[in-house]
Amino acid sequence: MNRISTIVIAVLICMSFNSACANEQDFITLSSTTSTDNSGLLDYLIPKFKEKTGINVRVVAVGTGRALLLGERGDVDLLLVHHKTSETKFVENGFGIERRNVMYNDYVIVGPKQDPANIKNVKNTIEALKLIYDQATPFVSRGDDSGTHKKELELWSQAGVDIQQYSGTWYREAGASMGATLNIANEMSAYTLTDRGTWLSFKNRDDLILLFENDPPLFNQYGVILVNPERHPHIKYNEAKLFSNWLTSSEGQQAIAEFSLQGQQLFFPNSGQNIAASEAK
Amino acid sequence: MNDISQAFAKAIQLITQLDANLLEIVSLSMRVSLTSVLIASLIGLPLGAALALYKFPGRGFFVVLLNAFMGLPPVVVGLIVYLMLSRSGPLGVLGLLFTPTAMIIAQTCLITPIIAALARQTIMDANVEYHEQLRALGAKSFRIMKTLLWETKYSLLTSVFAGFGRATAEVGAVLIVGGNINHATRVMTTAIALETRKGDIELALALGIILIVISLILTTIVMNIRDAAYKYYN
Repeated sequence: MNRISTIVIAVLICMSFNSACANEQDFITLSSTTSTDNSGLLDYLIPKFKEKTGINVRVVAVGTGRALLLGERGDVDLLLVHHKTSETKFVENGFGIERRNVMYNDYVIVGPKQDPANIKNVKNTIEALKLIYDQATPFVSRGDDSGTHKKELELWSQAGVDIQQYSGTWYREAGASMGATLNIANEMSAYTLTDRGTWLSFKNRDDLILLFENDPPLFNQYGVILVNPERHPHIKYNEAKLFSNWLTSSEGQQAIAEFSLQGQQLFFPNSGQNIAASEAK
Repeated sequence: MNDISQAFAKAIQLITQLDANLLEIVSLSMRVSLTSVLIASLIGLPLGAALALYKFPGRGFFVVLLNAFMGLPPVVVGLIVYLMLSRSGPLGVLGLLFTPTAMIIAQTCLITPIIAALARQTIMDANVEYHEQLRALGAKSFRIMKTLLWETKYSLLTSVFAGFGRATAEVGAVLIVGGNINHATRVMTTAIALETRKGDIELALALGIILIVISLILTTIVMNIRDAAYKYYN
């Protein structure tokens, strides 16, 4: 009997321990991409929002593809992602509502400092990718259905390269997050496409340097979407809407503009067009 | 080697400063893994003993299944638990996804087969030794099971340790069902994976060193208690 009571007591202690650490009530869950989370932007924005509203934002950082799936299944309250084509489709399918532009940043191409494909001085992105293709120099792809991966595939297709057929040779699909992909590119002395934020906050660079930037096709728009409460009634729609409103308000936009890493502004607020559109109504 | 020594320095720095984030992550790790081990032991030890002592149709198949499940890939367990707990899944109404409870459920699924399979072997071996004796004393099956579980407690502790080791070391399952949310579901392994992704190898390795040290300390404490108990009873 003694043993049994010991076990029962142990279970009770454990359970009370778990309930003592009970979750706070006022929070929403946001699925976002690794680029916004790993750069520290959300850690910078969320305390400001919490201070104003008392609502905490819990961030699940995944690729855009999985972030959209979490939204579709009703596992999160809202999304902050960056692949407009997928986002529009998500809203059209009735999974999400009220998509708004929040900010943009850009992609850059990084690679080994020896630059074997010699892309440093090309005029545009397509030309850079063609050179990498011509030389068959190693290129690491995210390969994980993230926004960055989708973007990269679009760029290859614009360059007229059927990239899938080179998979496993010089074209390597990592199936990994941006940071992990940069680690691989570093070890393999390979090129890769990355968002500027992750690149600037990435610490394990060794011989990797930024080789190509500032070209319109590398533009990267971020949007916020609320999960459709009609499909998922448990969604904290009102609280999520407050965050969406705040991100696109002048206060939120200013906070985004203020965020910098190593003296560089990483994200450029551009919700202005949304506000103009809603005022017109 | 330089990287590793830097990581050690960083680990010591984190520990001596009693970094608040670190404490939070460590305590959540321990809370999740210890609770999982407790639940898995409560299920796994009697289950293993029953499989060792009772004969029933399909037992052979069940034993094979249990042994195979010792090697369940954490990511697969994570995915299955995710599909169960997702708002679109059968248990979605409970709202458990992305909470420590979800992580405990996933780890319990992962380690129960380990504890049960190892316990079955221990009890079976002990049964060979004690069976005649216990029968002669007129003990019934259930009584034998209880006696054998008690008599093999020191060996069974090793099975429980195997389960605990798996729980603290795995990252795949807790990442999927917990979401690695800062201040909510971030544990040691998911933090290590995150820092590696961010390219902060030094911090990642420092966290890894701390995780190993904690396991060492816990193991030492339990081993000492075990030895003391052993001396006391014999």
